[in-house]
Amino acid sequence: MAAMFSQNPLMNGPNYSFNQTPTAAAAGNKEHAFYPYTDNGGSTLAIAGEDFTIIAGDTRSTSGYNINTRYQPKVFKIGGTTSSQDDANIILSVVGFAADGEALKERLDAIVKMYRYQHGKPMSVKACAQRLSTILYGKRFFPYYVHAILGGLDEEGKGAVYSYDPVGSYEREQCRAGGAAASLIMPFLDNQVNFKNQYMPGSGVGHDLQERERKPLPLVEVEALVKDAFDSAVERHIEVGDGLLMMMATKNGIEEKYIPLKRD
Amino acid sequence: MPGFDFSNHTRNAALHARGVPLPKSTSTGTTIVGCIFDGGVVIAADTRATSGPIVADKNCEKLHYIAPQIWCAGAGTAADTEFTTALISSQLELHSLSTGRKPRVVTCMTMLKQHLFRYQGHIGAYLVVAGVDPTGVGLFTVHAHGSTDKLPYVTMGSGSLAAMSVFETQWKPSLTQEEAVKLASNAIQAGIFNDLGSGSNVDVAIITKDKTTLKRGYVRPNQRSEKQKSYIFARGTTAVLNEKIIRKEEISKYVSVHDLGSEETASGEKMDIDA
Repeated sequence: MAAMFSQNPLMNGPNYSFNQTPTAAAAGNKEHAFYPYTDNGGSTLAIAGEDFTIIAGDTRSTSGYNINTRYQPKVFKIGGTTSSQDDANIILSVVGFAADGEALKERLDAIVKMYRYQHGKPMSVKACAQRLSTILYGKRFFPYYVHAILGGLDEEGKGAVYSYDPVGSYEREQCRAGGAAASLIMPFLDNQVNFKNQYMPGSGVGHDLQERERKPLPLVEVEALVKDAFDSAVERHIEVGDGLLMMMATKNGIEEKYIPLKRD
Repeated sequence: MPGFDFSNHTRNAALHARGVPLPKSTSTGTTIVGCIFDGGVVIAADTRATSGPIVADKNCEKLHYIAPQIWCAGAGTAADTEFTTALISSQLELHSLSTGRKPRVVTCMTMLKQHLFRYQGHIGAYLVVAGVDPTGVGLFTVHAHGSTDKLPYVTMGSGSLAAMSVFETQWKPSLTQEEAVKLASNAIQAGIFNDLGSGSNVDVAIITKDKTTLKRGYVRPNQRSEKQKSYIFARGTTAVLNEKIIRKEEISKYVSVHDLGSEETASGEKMDIDA
């Protein structure tokens, strides 16, 4: 039946399943292609503190030089008992291909919810992190095109951040930037969170200098760092902007904060 | 006329065939517009220059001088708009000197299109040419391949659709100078906020038969907010692995050294910096 409407002259031979057949002569140089992925830009950032974790992401969604929307969150609460996710204790951020991000978030959320119903207790961040890796690797040959970052408080109440590549390789870290402006933000984080390339003045000469001692930063300081990192990323990356959505996980649950960013 | 040097072409083509990528040029992603009004013409531009998704310059000038009463707004490859307008400006000045007449906008437009057509689009300059000459007001667009348009209101660059939507809803025949400037500025702002290739400030040039007014930073709707934290390092934070002192007497052998008084600061060209 479909062949009747097809523009292919070979009516009893193999036919095209698309309504658009190649118009050029069959010289063998016209190639059909379907691109399942698009890049929706944006950036994310996560920092683990002594007794808290902050995960933030801008809210702009782009395609090419266009803005799809100025408010599409990239940071989500995972595994609450209701749709409002008020009692959730895990945060997930996804950046890259927005549709895959949404699908991954929905899948992980359903799994963490099922765990709660089956075990009668919330899933630990550590267990959730391992499960997310398994989900990602499950699509090894048609990956979720995202850079995911998972965060919350570990079993000891310490801040935990786990970052992933698109096929499930993961690592627990102190801080991580993801997405379009990751290469702009990450060096700033290395310097300001882990004090890389900072030495104690007068502690020695040349190679004998003592590195500046790492000490965990308080929440207000980290919040300021996140805001400054995004303001700078907005200045120099065209796909980052519009708004900043921050989620802070503490022993009191997850607090949400929205700060407007430049819209140009 | 001196031309381009093609001596590296064969080597570069061979390199490219082996997978070496082409160098990335700075493009003025850009929104540029022009609009005529009763007694003159106004052109406007945003001030963002990009290299891929990275902002290369937050406050660049896209309004180029051609002649006192002829100005050009440029989109496309930054170097091409810069050099093409400079070249035509120079030729037009000489032409004006030899004829003893004021340069005309059509002359400028024709020279630009002939130059660009000769290079078959390889010179990536997309221009809005505007001015007032003894024949009246002129406003044109010139595309990189050499085609031109003559219209009462024009837009170009990646933000041209956003800007044109403003003109198509608000433009009317017979505008006052103030109305035209407002309209052009709004059209640029539509580009700044809705096109990722455009951003930062609005520059405006107003040309009437008596004078040209260039308003750099006519609207500045994208000021950076105050930093939350200070990022000043304590002196000695950076490791010094080795030290070499070159005394003034030694360096004087190679360059001339001028001593400044304690309160005196070196006078040079001022640079735009963030706070």
